[in-house]
Amino acid sequence: MNDTQAEAARVSEAGGLDTFPKLLGDLARRSPDHPAIREKDYGIWQTWTWGQVAEEVRALACGLAVIGLKRGDKIAIIGDNRPRLYWTMTAAQVLGAVPVPLYQDAVIDEMVYVVDHAEVRFAMAEDQEQVDKMLELRRRGSQIEQIVYDDDRGLRHYDQDFLHSFEEVQAAGREYDAANPGFYEAAIAKGKSEDTAILLYTSGTTGQPKGVVLSFGNLVQTAKNSIGFDGLTEDEDVLAYLPMAWVGDHLFSYGQSYVAGFCVSCPESRDTVLHDLRELGPTYFFAPPAIFESILTTVMIRMEDAGWIKRKMFSYFMAVAKRCGIRILDGLPVSFGNRVLYSLGKVLVYGPLCNTLGFSRIRLAYTAGEAIGPDIFDFYRSIGINLKQLYGSTEASVSITAQPDGEVLPDTVGRPSPGVEIKITDAGEVMFRSPGVFQEYHKDPEATAQTKTEDGWVHTGDAGFFSENGHLKIIDRAKDVGKLNDGTLFAPKYVENKLKFFPEIREAVAFGHDRDYCAAFINIDLEAVGNWAERNNIAYASYQELAAQPEVHQVIKRHIEAVNRDLAGDPQLAGSQIKRFLVLHKELDPDDGELTRTRKVRRSFVSEKYAKLIEALYSGTERTHVETEMIFKDGRKGIVAADIEILAAETVETAAPLKKAS
Amino acid sequence: MTQKARQIGDTLLKVEGVSLSFGGVKALTDVSFEIREHEVLAIIGPNGAGKSSMLNVINGFYHPQEGAITYKGETRKQMRPYAAAKSGIARTFQNIALFKGMSTLDNIMTGRLLKMHCNFLLQALYLGPAREEELRHRASVEHIIDFLEIQSIRRTPVGRLPYGLQKRVELGRALAAEPDLLLLDEPMAGMNVEEKEDMCRFILDVNDEFGTTIALIEHDMSVVMDISDRVVVLDYGRKIADGPPDEVRANPEVIEAYLGISHN
Repeated sequence: MNDTQAEAARVSEAGGLDTFPKLLGDLARRSPDHPAIREKDYGIWQTWTWGQVAEEVRALACGLAVIGLKRGDKIAIIGDNRPRLYWTMTAAQVLGAVPVPLYQDAVIDEMVYVVDHAEVRFAMAEDQEQVDKMLELRRRGSQIEQIVYDDDRGLRHYDQDFLHSFEEVQAAGREYDAANPGFYEAAIAKGKSEDTAILLYTSGTTGQPKGVVLSFGNLVQTAKNSIGFDGLTEDEDVLAYLPMAWVGDHLFSYGQSYVAGFCVSCPESRDTVLHDLRELGPTYFFAPPAIFESILTTVMIRMEDAGWIKRKMFSYFMAVAKRCGIRILDGLPVSFGNRVLYSLGKVLVYGPLCNTLGFSRIRLAYTAGEAIGPDIFDFYRSIGINLKQLYGSTEASVSITAQPDGEVLPDTVGRPSPGVEIKITDAGEVMFRSPGVFQEYHKDPEATAQTKTEDGWVHTGDAGFFSENGHLKIIDRAKDVGKLNDGTLFAPKYVENKLKFFPEIREAVAFGHDRDYCAAFINIDLEAVGNWAERNNIAYASYQELAAQPEVHQVIKRHIEAVNRDLAGDPQLAGSQIKRFLVLHKELDPDDGELTRTRKVRRSFVSEKYAKLIEALYSGTERTHVETEMIFKDGRKGIVAADIEILAAETVETAAPLKKAS
Repeated sequence: MTQKARQIGDTLLKVEGVSLSFGGVKALTDVSFEIREHEVLAIIGPNGAGKSSMLNVINGFYHPQEGAITYKGETRKQMRPYAAAKSGIARTFQNIALFKGMSTLDNIMTGRLLKMHCNFLLQALYLGPAREEELRHRASVEHIIDFLEIQSIRRTPVGRLPYGLQKRVELGRALAAEPDLLLLDEPMAGMNVEEKEDMCRFILDVNDEFGTTIALIEHDMSVVMDISDRVVVLDYGRKIADGPPDEVRANPEVIEAYLGISHN
């Protein structure tokens, strides 16, 4: 290192390690030989150390400067999780440019808005598929001037002069670096904690996506806090497989990796993720509930096909795990006998099972985004996987709350993360303030003002409350929460989710706002209930017939009563217990407009269409006749008529029924 | 069609006056055509026109009663399959001929057989040179897996794969032999539109990136017209047309063979 470089390095450190380029420089000096990132390519895990990553980023940053990337420019990054795409983020940040990762499977129409709104001038595309999208955007008049691509497969006939291969850009960068010593260090030194680190677009459920501006300070501080909270070290192994445009991946696979110095691994392709997971055996893992659910389903199906010895062993030791596994994980007292059995189970069942799933080294797993079924959650915890829930948002740089070790309650999202303050408004909405609070919505001061108050509090739009033990419980979107006539809180989605955790219940719609009590429509799951019916010699010819069976009604009634008992345990939600219900004669269907295409209930449409049934739920009748129009698979319309039984479920009286003053 | 990385060159294989009969059945009658370096040649024709027989003659599986085949300047009356493979001709089959119980990786590895030189004992013991050789072959197989985008089925027994993917694995095995001439017997039969498009892309990429000469038999006319440089049309064992796709499409004899003609 010559004098100018050493000088520049000193300058960059004077302000502390407050940006990712500075953190990378520090890692390359402190642990140049520690693995930084891996990618499976040609069937082998290729590894780059922190020293090598620093070199790659250096060449890339200089190369991007050669093709004109400047401070304040936006560079779109699009593709699956690839080391080179992560390096592009750092390289852009070195120059003071802002990376804008895009969802890789977004279609062009969705991209047009984001690319134009962010005024993207540069793009890093993974392969031909993504390059084609960028070219199409250019044809539609977007501002993209230069495109760099990672994989040249299929691009041999593209001769546009604004299209560059990654290697070409790096080569130009190395030349430029040699000719301009000190340029790179000086560029890094200009970066400050309050600079914009990244622009992440959130897919708003309504209206256009909003660009969330996060600063280096937001991300570095949040990463530091979360690393401290979970005791993460540089020896973690993480699999980066969730979209790079999602804030979670940005924090777990980028922010935390740069701050803690641990290694991130990129799977070979999207189809090989579960296989790569098994090979890698991460120590720290994040997945949405759906993935944990599908892994569990696979295990259960495979076990049913296994020989009877294995099946017997599995069911015996899973019962042991259910009895004491979670208590052992939480460090609670467990009888000696159970402890011995659990250890035996670990050797015979849990250990091999974890190994097959790629969880044999796992220390910490998180899930978030949706409510996770307690059975699924408990399954993983009982076999010794420290699965926890967190609650976060892009506007918070992820962390709002997380479950601390030893205090994991399935239906809460834990305590406020370090540095996060939370308050609940009078209307029941959760608000937070933290070092991770976003700067603003890009070019949208109005939306910023609506979401973020003057003194830094952010509206989440979620309704929730703290339970007695100080854990936050999220119950619903704030706008969906209602009140019963006596003023008690009514959270439809919370109740519906609890119902839907039973495999026999496919869909549930709860009513109660401005009513005297809570009532529900139930859709049975044809497959699960059908299996049950076969085993119990109940004959049926159609969904409608099965849904009308009194035996089925009894099963559903038991489930509802279980949910009621569960709700009664929570004084805030005891009022949401279901008094009356009915099993619908037809499946709610997107074709009939009752569900959205992503299978969310369209509440207002359903209450209008089935107004008669709702009235029946709230009158004394025990049976009502209904005729519903439905659209068949071939597009024909028809009428389904049915006599529907209105059933009562037992509710549990709470010791002191909670009445709200409001 | 986009320009090619390599220009179509000299004659690679020449078929001259080939006739083949099985007892009284004449499969091929006096067929002559040539395959040029780096081109994609399609052999088309109605059912029973002698297309598969033609491929079988080229790679030495059938021995024609008359005529000769000149490959890489060497004229032979008969070709043996082993010699054909050894001299750089690889093929896929109309009815997939893979080892069903073996994984994708192992199936493609068998395509490297002729390039393995270590003796049985060294291979069995996985000693020095055998080990090095195995690694080298494995690396080239991995390139093919990457090329055909079949990483996710690397370890899956082939018998469990859907038909379209099996076809792709078979193409992979043929590519593993690093052929100069690749014969594809109905590579797209029984595929859905998406699988066909994928296969077309792979065939063009093979031709373009590796410079492999390809002769293929195909029924789907739109596919043939899209990807081939030249088309040879057979009908009742005779060649009735030979030329660029557009010319062949306009040829009245071809139209007659495909659509039939009314005899009043």
